[in-house]
Amino acid sequence: MIRIITFLSTFLVFAFGSAYADPKKVGFIYIGPPGDHGWTYMHDVGRKYMESQLGDSITTTYLENIPENADAVRAIRKLADSGHDLIFTTSFNYMDQTHEVAKDFPDIKFEHATGYIQADNVATYSARFYEGRMIEGHIAGHMTETNTIGYIASFPIPEVVRGINAFYLAASKVNPDIKMKIIWVFTWYDPGKEADAANTLINQGADIIVQHTDTYAPCQAAQKAGVYAFGQASNQEEFCPDAHLTSIEDIWGPYYAERAKAVVDGTWSSGDTWDGMDKGMVVMSPYNTKLMPASLIQEAVNMEVGIKDGTIHPFTGPIYNQAGELVVPEGEVAPDGMLLGMNFYVQGIDGEVPQ
Amino acid sequence: MNLDLILGILQIVLIATTPLVFAGIGELVTEKSGVLNLGVEGMMLVGAVSAFIILVITGSYFLAFFVSILSGIIMSGLFAFLVLFLMSNQIATGLALTIFGIGLSSMLGKQYIGTPIDGLSPWFFVIFSFIIVFLVSYFFYKTKAGLILRAVGESHNSAHALGYSVIKIRFLSIIFGGSMCALAGSYISICYAPMWQEGMTAGRGWIALALVVFATWKPERVLIGAYIFGGVTILQMNLQALGLRFPGQFFSMAPYVATIIVLVLISSNKLRIKLSAPASLTIPFYKGR
Repeated sequence: MIRIITFLSTFLVFAFGSAYADPKKVGFIYIGPPGDHGWTYMHDVGRKYMESQLGDSITTTYLENIPENADAVRAIRKLADSGHDLIFTTSFNYMDQTHEVAKDFPDIKFEHATGYIQADNVATYSARFYEGRMIEGHIAGHMTETNTIGYIASFPIPEVVRGINAFYLAASKVNPDIKMKIIWVFTWYDPGKEADAANTLINQGADIIVQHTDTYAPCQAAQKAGVYAFGQASNQEEFCPDAHLTSIEDIWGPYYAERAKAVVDGTWSSGDTWDGMDKGMVVMSPYNTKLMPASLIQEAVNMEVGIKDGTIHPFTGPIYNQAGELVVPEGEVAPDGMLLGMNFYVQGIDGEVPQ
Repeated sequence: MNLDLILGILQIVLIATTPLVFAGIGELVTEKSGVLNLGVEGMMLVGAVSAFIILVITGSYFLAFFVSILSGIIMSGLFAFLVLFLMSNQIATGLALTIFGIGLSSMLGKQYIGTPIDGLSPWFFVIFSFIIVFLVSYFFYKTKAGLILRAVGESHNSAHALGYSVIKIRFLSIIFGGSMCALAGSYISICYAPMWQEGMTAGRGWIALALVVFATWKPERVLIGAYIFGGVTILQMNLQALGLRFPGQFFSMAPYVATIIVLVLISSNKLRIKLSAPASLTIPFYKGR
């Protein structure tokens, strides 16, 4: 009986929905504020791009500063209850919460960023940021004078570990003496703590700061101390012009527009998208011509071209883990499955991934 | 080389801990007078954003800090009015003040996010934080006014019977707490991490509150506690960077765990008196009685 009612009500909603052709409602859950000039900022840029592409056929809403705990369930449910047709949850640790709500709303489409579990109405999407990390590593290998790189990491999830490994593999290729110092700050967003970590790394001799957290505090600290830094998620050059070498930019707009269009057209289906430089989802900020020699910029650009046409892959064998076991044989590249679940450092990096 | 490293660590610890000292000592004075203000985080954020906005508009550091402290006075004055004159519940009002502060600071700062500014050297404030702790300690234990303030916090009825204006003393204590919190906030947005970001104090207000309990309401212990909390954070970063295996998560929660342990210790009534928790804390004062 209940099933019939559910079916009928679903049918009615669909019937009326199409009859009136209301604009589709697209909701976003943000982990930080759109003004962080990092991760959330770029999702918001993507949202605006989507609006500009689809015009009146959609309306968008976002909820910002949603913690990655039970509050997220409430926030996602709030969007679902208020008639949203498509909901983007834009942080890895929204995974369980997204699926919990998605189960109760089979007709609403969910898109979970950087996740790896799909359902009939939950798609996942991410960008191959590690391609950018490879280029950063290559640049760092050439630019460092102390042979010490400081890396500010957020949480020990595959996404972050993959970035560290891609960076190190490229950096150690051009500079075998390179040493990585890694600080896990266990937050995405705390300008003070990020600055502390950057200063600690600089104090320990790092002359290039890499960050996988969301604000430009580390880049600012680098600028103040007179060392180099890579920005995060968006172009942060204006905040630290004398330190900023380049950033990896996350370009979500085209993907968001495509997925929202699919919902409008009724062609949306679940799946997993993991695009990189070839599709324009990962873009390098303009290289700093004041700080980098022209030849190095040219090398970086060539690398971009190679990554785009598939001749260069950041995880090309031979790759060993810290125990010295061969994990990717010579001449092969790491399969996506290994990359998605990566929770070990490659050989040459000191320390352990926190568990 | 090693000396440089240690000096460097010391610098980072000093810079990182100063906002905790300011907010902690401010809240301590408020609590000593018998009022618990849970709005620390909110007042810090409003202080941070108002300093930042004024600096962007006028370019004057002095004005920035001045207006920031003014904002702390206004925020805490609002709180004081509610709890002292309208007798509202201190816990609920304080929480509301934090939520209000988070929202207000986000709204005010919206268009200033990502505006680059020149940061100010933190050293003046680092030194000032030590001086202020010393002054508060001196005030409490060496002056008559300090004795009266503490008396108000212990037993407002007795203080009232002796002819002291409980409301006035509490009002001033709350205002002092508010301006210190705002100073902590403006230090964060101008010196520590020169930028404005929503919620950029990232829970330091709550650590400051925990600090006061941890310090068992003694000014110099606030300083010690703040440096333990701050020092542990920076130390674990250093150990991580040196490549040692270290449970960083544990150290992120250390301040709160330490506070819970202290709370458990003082929840036994006899000890509580010994540890000098103000006896009238959170109890409203009705003049008629």
